[in-house]
Amino acid sequence: MQRRDVLRAGGAGTLFAVLAGAGLITPEQARAASADRAAFAATTMEDALTALGAGRPAVTQDIRVQAPDVAENGAVVPVTVTSALPGTTSIALLVERNRTMLAASFILPDGTLPTINTRIKMAESSDVYVLVSAGGRFYMTSREIKVTQGGCGG
Amino acid sequence: MSGPTRIRATLTGGETEVKILMSHDMETGLRKEATGALVPAHHITEVTVTHNGRVVLSAQFGTAVSKNPYLQFRFRGGAKGDTVGVRWLDNLGERRSDDIAIT
Repeated sequence: MQRRDVLRAGGAGTLFAVLAGAGLITPEQARAASADRAAFAATTMEDALTALGAGRPAVTQDIRVQAPDVAENGAVVPVTVTSALPGTTSIALLVERNRTMLAASFILPDGTLPTINTRIKMAESSDVYVLVSAGGRFYMTSREIKVTQGGCGG
Repeated sequence: MSGPTRIRATLTGGETEVKILMSHDMETGLRKEATGALVPAHHITEVTVTHNGRVVLSAQFGTAVSKNPYLQFRFRGGAKGDTVGVRWLDNLGERRSDDIAIT
């Protein structure tokens, strides 16, 4: 019995060491990643915001969204987001009428300008929400983009 | 199908502008083949951009980023000849890593 306990403890110790070793590299990243992956599965705005830890973000005019008013092809909708909020550390793009809302999220380290240009898919005409974390608070703005031909299922 | 990531990093006025075009099908898992069979989801989930090894942008993608994902952003600093690297990982565990020098 005693030896078994020792072996078990030894095994647990080894596992702990391995986890700690791996954890030393990316503990925060691993946590953030798992939170984000849950957010990507969210099918309602409330669930997505909860999974992103955003709660109820403040509506702001300080996030600029450049996108076509009408996108011909929902499979490729160019979007440029610029935050004028001081201390912007992350930007997320959410499409309200896609099956899952969160399209992409970006973490901006110090020295990276709070502007992102990318291309997203939209299943149909929808409001596109931009969530920004700045100075430890969350802010949101929205912009309607009409889509002539949807770009998700097909 | 995936291939090399096309990267352009240009220094202008003390800022480096990075343009990235990844080669990836970005299948949503909702698209059907002519036979009616669903094409399984296959999409990039994580992208990391580095400048001389320091992370300047990290991104998480869902299925709603367009095929052959495009990203453009800027960071302060950088010098001609410095290395900008782009790494991605997809939901099936495939990875790709490409580098370019700032011009």
